[in-house]
Amino acid sequence: MYAFELHHAKSVADASAALSRTGGKALAGGQSLVAAMKLRLAQPGHLVDLSGIPELKGIRREGDHLVIGAMTRHADVVSSEAVKGAIPALAALAEGIGDRQVRNMGTIGGSIANNDPAADWPAAVLGLGATVVTSKRKIAADEFFKGMFETALAEGEIITAVSFPVPKKAAYAKFPNPASRFALVGVFVAQTGAGTRVAVTGAASSVFRSKAHEDALAKDWSAAAAKAVRTPDANLNSDLHGTAAYRAHLVSVMASRAVGATH
Amino acid sequence: MAVTLSLSVNGKPVHATVDPRTLLVELLRNHLGLTGTHVGCDTAQCGACTVLVDDRAVKACNVLAAQMEGAKVVTIEGIAAADGTLHPMQAAFKECHGLQCGFCTTGMVMSAIDLVNRHPKASEAKIREELEGNLCRCTGYHNIVKAVQHGAAAMGK
Amino acid sequence: MGANEEGVIGKAVRRKEDARFLTGTGQYTDDVNQPNQTQAFFLRSPHAHAKIRGIDTAKAKASPGVVAVYTGADLEGVNGLPCGWLIHSTDGTPMKEPPHPVLAKGKVRYVGDHVALVIAETLAQAKDAAELIEVDYEVLPSVVNPIDALKPGAPQIHDEAPGNKCYTWALGDKAAVDAAFSKAAHVTRLDLVNNRLIPNAIEPRAAVASYSRADDAYTLYTTSQNPHVERLLMTAFVLGLPEHKVRVIAPDVGGGFGSKIYLYAEETAMVWAAKRVNRPIKWACERSESFLSDAHGRDHVTRAELALDKDGKFLALRVHTVAAMGAYLSTFASCIPTILYATLLAGQYTTPAIYAEVTAAFTNTAPVDAYRGAGRPEATYVVERIVHQAAAETGIAQDELRRRNFIRTFPYQTPVALLYDTGGYDACLDEANRMADVKGFAARKAESAKHGKLRGLGYASYIEACGLAPSNIAGALGARAGLFEAGEVRVHPTGSVTVFTGSHSHGQGHETTFAQVVAGRLGIPVENVDVVHGDTGRVVFGMGTYGSRSLAVGGTAIVKAVDKVIDKGKKIAAHLLEAAETDIEFRDGKFTVAGTDRSKAFGEVALAAYVPHNYPLDRLEPGLNETAFYDPTNFTFPAGTHVCEVEIDPDTGVVKVVQFCACDDFGNIINPMIVEGQVHGGVAQGLGQAMLENCVYDPKSGQLLTGTYMDYAMPRADDLPSFKVGTKVTPCTHNPLGAKGCGEAGAIGAPAAFMNAVMDALAAVGVKHFDMPATPHRVWAAIQSAKHA
Ligand code: FES
Ligand code: FES
Repeated sequence: MYAFELHHAKSVADASAALSRTGGKALAGGQSLVAAMKLRLAQPGHLVDLSGIPELKGIRREGDHLVIGAMTRHADVVSSEAVKGAIPALAALAEGIGDRQVRNMGTIGGSIANNDPAADWPAAVLGLGATVVTSKRKIAADEFFKGMFETALAEGEIITAVSFPVPKKAAYAKFPNPASRFALVGVFVAQTGAGTRVAVTGAASSVFRSKAHEDALAKDWSAAAAKAVRTPDANLNSDLHGTAAYRAHLVSVMASRAVGATH
Repeated sequence: MAVTLSLSVNGKPVHATVDPRTLLVELLRNHLGLTGTHVGCDTAQCGACTVLVDDRAVKACNVLAAQMEGAKVVTIEGIAAADGTLHPMQAAFKECHGLQCGFCTTGMVMSAIDLVNRHPKASEAKIREELEGNLCRCTGYHNIVKAVQHGAAAMGK
Repeated sequence: MGANEEGVIGKAVRRKEDARFLTGTGQYTDDVNQPNQTQAFFLRSPHAHAKIRGIDTAKAKASPGVVAVYTGADLEGVNGLPCGWLIHSTDGTPMKEPPHPVLAKGKVRYVGDHVALVIAETLAQAKDAAELIEVDYEVLPSVVNPIDALKPGAPQIHDEAPGNKCYTWALGDKAAVDAAFSKAAHVTRLDLVNNRLIPNAIEPRAAVASYSRADDAYTLYTTSQNPHVERLLMTAFVLGLPEHKVRVIAPDVGGGFGSKIYLYAEETAMVWAAKRVNRPIKWACERSESFLSDAHGRDHVTRAELALDKDGKFLALRVHTVAAMGAYLSTFASCIPTILYATLLAGQYTTPAIYAEVTAAFTNTAPVDAYRGAGRPEATYVVERIVHQAAAETGIAQDELRRRNFIRTFPYQTPVALLYDTGGYDACLDEANRMADVKGFAARKAESAKHGKLRGLGYASYIEACGLAPSNIAGALGARAGLFEAGEVRVHPTGSVTVFTGSHSHGQGHETTFAQVVAGRLGIPVENVDVVHGDTGRVVFGMGTYGSRSLAVGGTAIVKAVDKVIDKGKKIAAHLLEAAETDIEFRDGKFTVAGTDRSKAFGEVALAAYVPHNYPLDRLEPGLNETAFYDPTNFTFPAGTHVCEVEIDPDTGVVKVVQFCACDDFGNIINPMIVEGQVHGGVAQGLGQAMLENCVYDPKSGQLLTGTYMDYAMPRADDLPSFKVGTKVTPCTHNPLGAKGCGEAGAIGAPAAFMNAVMDALAAVGVKHFDMPATPHRVWAAIQSAKHA
C-alpha cells in the first residue's frame, strides 16, 4: 500500500469539503477499496472515512419508497424487517453479496459508487429504477451508471442514500463466477409502477437493461417468456470463466429463474 | 501522518499510534503480538484473518486499523475462558477433527462463532453457504461442517 | 500385541497438536520475529521470457530504509538450485539440466522469476525500493504449453536444451504392446489433458534467515516439509556451507501438498544474504507471489490406447505423455511424470503389456513438481478414464469391466516395474458399490430426469505406490539420494518419552499418531509421549514428508527405535531382577521374568537406566535412548474404489456432486479419525482439480491469468458434499506396522471418479469427453457442441 492521509468526516458537508480539497477518495466499508490499495492498484493520497457520519446510516420506509442510507452494511439489509417487508428481493440480493465477512463491512453506497461490472447492487438499483441521492442532487438510476467503474458522481459528491420504489414484484437471480463468486451473470427483474424492468450485471462492462427481456415480460410475465429471449452477445464479456455466448445464454436462464422466484 | 486510535482488543483497552496504512491484521500481529490471526491471501478471500468486530466476523486483512476507532475486537486468543477452558466452538473443532494444519482454523473458528450467532439452527447446506468466506485446503470441509453443528449445539446450551 | 497396544492403536485419539492451533498459539514461520530483523522483498520478472540487458539498482539502494539490494551478478560462487533425480532418455543420454540460478542471470524465463532481492527496514520500504530498480529487458517470444514448446521453431528457453526437450523416457515392452494391439477385438482411444494446478496451501511460504558472527552459524526458519533435505541441498549443492553450521527449522507449517518440499530460490538467497547484511531477514510470501512462484502440479498432455479382447479383458495399454517441467527443473520435477507415473499404469488390472513414453518439455511458466499424489493421480486419471470409455464403448457395466480385469493373486509383478505385495480389490469395489447404493441409481436418475437434470455415476479404482522409497530401487531409477527415514526414542528417567522423527507434520497429525504407536508399544499413556519434528538442530536426520510415507517409513523407523529401547530395557530388567536376559518378557508396559510374577514396570527400568548405581558397566551402558534408520524393502500399495454421483443442470452446465463414496485399503490404521480426515481433504483436492481449478497462462504474453483467488477457483464448503468413507484392510507385508499410507488417495481417485460420472451423465446428450475442470461453462459448451455435431 502506498502512503496516504486519513480524514475522519463528521458530516456530509465535512466529507464533501475534504474530498474536494484533497482530491481524495471516500472510504465506506473499504471492502473493494482497501483490497485495491493493498495490491497497489489504487493509490489515493487522501482517504475520507465516512463511517462517523450518522445521517448516512439506516433504513426507512418513505411512502411507496424504501430508503437505504449509503453507509448501511449489506448484512443490515439482509436482516432488516423493513426491507423484507417492502422489497424482499433486496434482502435476498444482499445475502448473496461476497461472503458473510464482506457483508458485515461492505456498504450499499460503497458498492454503487464503485460500480464494479460484476457487483450485485447496481442490478437492483437499475432494475427497480431507484434514485441515487447524493450530497448535491438526486440521480435516476438510468443516468447513474456510466461504464466500467464509472458513475455520474462528480468530484467531492457523496452518495447519501438510495431510494427504491416498492415494486409489485421483483427478484434477483445470480450465477456466480466459480472463482470470485461475483456475478458472472446476475439478472434483476421487476414489475414497477413505471413498467417492467430487467437489469443485467456481470455480463458486460457495466450493468445494463435488457430491452428484449423487458418487452417479452411486459407481454407475458413468465419464466418461459424470459427464457425464450435470445440475448445478443455482441457487447458481452468473454473471459476464462465464460464466453460471450455463454453469458448471453445465462442472461435468459437467470431472467427466467428470477421471474420464477417472484411472488 | 500517523493516526491515533483507541479500541478494545479481547476486552483490554488498546491505544495505538500507527501509520494510516496499517491494516487491522497488522495491528494485531505486529503491534500487539496476537499472531493467532493469520494472513493467507492478499485479495480478502481466504478468511484466515477473520476476527470479530463488534460481534461481527470481519476480515482483518481488509480493514484499516484506523477504521476500528472505538470498536470491540475479539481474536482467537480472546475466546477461551480465563482458566483456559476452550470456547464451545474451539472444543467442537477438536472433538470433530475440524482442523489439520491449523492455519485456516483460527479464522474458521471466529467465522463459525459469528455464523452460529446469526443462524443458531443452520442446516448443513446453510452452514456450507455461510462458510463461503473461509478457505481450507486440508479438511475438505467435511469435519468443519460437523464441528460447526456440534459447536452450535454446545453454544445453544 | 499387548493389551495396551490394542487399547491405543486403531483408536480415534483426539489430536495433541490441536490445543495450540485452536487457541492461536501455534507458531508458523510468519509468527517468528527476530530482534533487529529486516524485511525482504523479491523483485520478480514481469515477462515470461526476456533477456536482461542490464540492471540498475543505484536508486533502489539509495531509497529510504534500504539495507541491501542483490541481483544475480552479486551471487558470485553460488551454484544453481539442484534437481534430485536423474532421468535418462531412451537414447541413453542424461536429461538436460540447464542451470537454475537463485537470482536470474542474463535472462528471465517465467513471469515471477527472481530478479533481485531487496532488504529494507520495513516491507513497504523494500517494495518502494524495488519499484526503483531499473531492469532493461529485451522481451523474447515465449511458450507456455508443453506441446507448443516441442514444436519446431518454438522459442528456445535454454541453450542447453535444444527444442526445449528435457528428456524422452520410456518404460515397458513396446513390441509386446504392438503385437497385442494387432490382435485386439476392440481398441479404445482417448486424448487427455491433466490440467495444471497451483497447490495453494493456505499458509503461504515464508522464511526468517539469520546469521551469528559469534559462532559463524546460520539459522533458517522456513515453511518446509523436509528441513533436513532442504539443508543438505542448500549447503552442499548451492551455497557450499558446512552442514553443521546451518540449522533449518520448519516450525508449524500450514499445509504443503508437495509445494513445500522443494528448495526454493527465496530462502536460499536469504541465507546467503543474512551473513552479508549481518542481520536477520524475514520474508513472507504474498498470495499473488505464491501463485507465480510456488511449484505447480500436473500439466500433462496424453494420448492413451487400450486394447481389449472380445470378453473385455485388457490386452495392452499404450500411453504417450508430454509433461511440462516449467522454466527450470524443480527439486523432484523429473521423476514425477516418469517413476511416479508410468510405473502406476497397470492400475489394479492384469493388463499384460504396457508401454509408456514420456517427453518432458521446458515451458515459460513456473516450475512444475510434485503436488498431492504426484504422478499417481495422472496415471490413475489415464487408466480410469480409458477404462470408463472402454466400458461405454463395449456396453459392459463399469464395475463389471473392472472386475473382469482385477489382479487377484499376490505378490503380483506388473509389466511396469512394480511388485504389488498385497491387495484386495474386489472387497473395496463391492463395499463402495454398497455405500453408494448403486442398485438405487437408476431410480435416482429417473427422478433427476423428471426435473430436467442429468445424473451420472462414475468409478475410479486406483492404486498408488507409497512409502517412498526403497533406496536401492529408487537409486536404480535415478534418485540421487536415499529415501530412508530416521527416528529417535528418548526415554526420560521418569519413563516419559520424547520421540524425534525425521518426517514432518504440516497437518497430518504426527504428534498424535506417532505418540499412539510408541505408547501402544511401550504400554504407557499417550500423554506421556511427545513428538518432535522439523528441526535439524534436534532431530538426527530425516527425509521429510511426501508420497504418503510418514507412517509406513517414518513410523517404522520409530518402531525400530522402540524395539531397541525394549531390548535395552530387557537387559536392565534382567540385571535388576537378577535373571537371565533371555528370560525377560516385555508385555503391557512391564518387564517380567517368564513364568513368574517378578516384574519391573517400564518406569522403574527407565529410572534405573539413568541411576545406574550398581550397573555391570562392562556390559551395560547407562541411559535409554535409541535411534534407528529404516529403509523400506518395497513400496506400499494403497488402493481402493471411489464412486462419485453427479447431477448436471444442462441449462447452466452446473455439476453438483450429490454423493461421493470412498472405500480404501490403507493397510493397518493407527488413528481412524486422522485417516478419514486425510481422505476428506484428498477427495476435496481431487474434486477441486476436476470441477474448478485450472492454472492458465496467456498463450501470447505468457502472463498468468489465474493469479489470484478471483480467477483461480478454489473449492469452498458449498462446492462439496459430505463424503462417505470406508476402509478394507490387507496389511502391508513388509513393514511391522502393516501400514500403507493414506495422504494422497483422495486426490488420486477423485478426479477420475468425478469426470467418469460427468461423462456418464452426459452420454445421454452425446458428449464423450472433454478435459478437466468441468466448470459450468465447459460443461455447457460440451453439450452445445454435441448438439451441433
Ligand atoms: S488474509 Fe485472506 S481474507 Fe484476510
Ligand atoms: S486445516 Fe489446513 S487449511 Fe484448514
